[in-house]
Amino acid sequence: MSNIYRVFFTVAAFFAASLPAAAQEAVLTMDEKVNAAFSSATGWFVNGIFMSIPGTNFPWIVMWLVIGATVFTIYFAAVQFRFFGHAIALVKGDYSDPDDAGEVSHFQALATALSGTVGLGNIAGVAVAVGIGGPGATFWMILAGLLGMASKFTECTLGVKYRNEYPDGSVSGGPMYYIAKGFNELGLPGGKILAVMFSIFCILGALGGGNMFQANQAHAQITQITGDFPGWITGIIFATIVFAVIVGGIKSIAKVTEKIVPLMGILYVGAALIVLIVNYNLIGWAFGQIFAGAFTGLGVAGGMVGALIQGFKRAAFSNEAGVGSAAIAHSAVKTKEPITEGFVSLLEPLIDTVVVCTMTALVIVISQQLIIDPNTGNYVLNEAGTAIATVGDTSGVALTSAAFGSAISWFPYVLAIAVILFAFSTMISWSYYGLKAWTYLFGEGKTKELVFKIIFCIFIVIGAAASLGPVIDFSDAAIFAMAVVNIFCLYFLMKIVRRELVSYSARLKSGEIRKFTH
Amino acid sequence: MKLVIGLDGQSSGEKALEFATQLAANMETCELIVVYVIEWSPFSFQTAEENAQRHKRREEEISIATDRVLTPAVETLTKAGLSARAIVRHGDVADTIDAIAHKEGASQIIIARSSAGGFSKRIFGSSTANLVMNARVPVTVVV
Repeated sequence: MSNIYRVFFTVAAFFAASLPAAAQEAVLTMDEKVNAAFSSATGWFVNGIFMSIPGTNFPWIVMWLVIGATVFTIYFAAVQFRFFGHAIALVKGDYSDPDDAGEVSHFQALATALSGTVGLGNIAGVAVAVGIGGPGATFWMILAGLLGMASKFTECTLGVKYRNEYPDGSVSGGPMYYIAKGFNELGLPGGKILAVMFSIFCILGALGGGNMFQANQAHAQITQITGDFPGWITGIIFATIVFAVIVGGIKSIAKVTEKIVPLMGILYVGAALIVLIVNYNLIGWAFGQIFAGAFTGLGVAGGMVGALIQGFKRAAFSNEAGVGSAAIAHSAVKTKEPITEGFVSLLEPLIDTVVVCTMTALVIVISQQLIIDPNTGNYVLNEAGTAIATVGDTSGVALTSAAFGSAISWFPYVLAIAVILFAFSTMISWSYYGLKAWTYLFGEGKTKELVFKIIFCIFIVIGAAASLGPVIDFSDAAIFAMAVVNIFCLYFLMKIVRRELVSYSARLKSGEIRKFTH
Repeated sequence: MKLVIGLDGQSSGEKALEFATQLAANMETCELIVVYVIEWSPFSFQTAEENAQRHKRREEEISIATDRVLTPAVETLTKAGLSARAIVRHGDVADTIDAIAHKEGASQIIIARSSAGGFSKRIFGSSTANLVMNARVPVTVVV
């Protein structure tokens, strides 16, 4: 053990000594001029991705994800409901061959993928959605989450089916592999180019939404408790820890996080349940608000459509269904039937969106942080008329914090720790997604991988240090650009998944595939 | 007659082997199955990178267990003129040894007294104790 710690301290000291200069340089060079230059260079891309459908304020990319999810739901005849019970049985290990014990289990693949998606979006993002779209946004969010289960099913089945297995026993998978191989198999042109495009967007998304955004928000959360201090300090601490994990191979930190994050998730849902139980007499009323708001808007900006946009947007941004990131995480599972991992992965949007996001929304509604006009029963808008007025004028993560705090006074502190840990685990997950895209483009190799990992750590410092609006916008746009390429390709590849589904269902029905008695 | 011997890679395992040898020597035909279980749970949490490397690690773990524990044990038994073979498995130690004994139709399980003590034993209980309480075949604990 002492060796491990010696390595850790050496790496940490080396990194801490070398980074401040880089950080300061980054902060100095990334001044407003660079910001403006970057903004004008990438603005077209960001605007293109987040452009509204003409005549509405509905971003087309959200529609793209929801339509994709709807198409997959219809094409696979509501696979997310028909195979829901089977998915649970798979996660429980009922169908796992005891001879394969020791390989990555369905549960482990699901947990790993979940720790990449459950995070700030579930806590802060939902508050933004409910704050603008009202309780009705929750209804549309749940609907989009349920549809998104079919997108995950499709991409994760393909992720396992077309992964690369190397002679040393390690695996690499994800959309870049299934796009290239799947298109090739179907005799379609352009697979390689689309795979390269996906990889580029994935790297940018990993550095942005999966890294800078997380570091930035974690710093914002820390300063709420400690008071203001320079962001690069948080950045260097985060970067050092992430460096120790992904470069130094200090697995113990990752292991501890991977154990704490699920606990935090359970704690979060548990706390939400406590708030609901304390206010049990308001639960019926809260659901009433959600249903009424979904179809009337209850006075929110944009009415029913406003609620719908916010709900759809939140679901899509939170569970990443259709983005393709989960396919990378799920592809490591050991199974003879790729489709089983598809079944397991469809639980992911359910847990992320339908359970965790809904809990946040219910707590906000039930804690009555949103101000209602007692005469009309509608929500009161803030002065700007853009969002619902709240008690204490909070929004985002502060609104969630206030909502929990109204019932459990000390919970905001736990929430702050949870946010920081979620941000950390999301960074670790995305460092892997980015790395897989990087090695797809440049090939596998220790030095090539190290280059990406160092770039990744530097971006943590940049993300925490500066409020680089345009850079963050660009990274978010990159994550959704992944979805543009991925869903486009899934339309071509979904017939392969259907073939698997038909064959598997038949064998399940005939009893050829059955439970193992342990 | 079949006997399952559970080893944990500790020196106490030698005693279990010795005991089994004596027992088998008094029987006309006896097959000895030496089992080593690598503690593992399908419900643990891992990073994506660990998952990608898992298959490789599993192979390594199996080969280390085979080389260091099982092969020497089987050799010792074979030298003593007994029929012996080895099984290595990942899983919960007590559950897995019981499952193997049940599947193989063994008449007895022989294990050494658990050498792990202290804090972890208080929290999780020892594998030996779990096996004694839950096994479907008789268990002999060698001290």
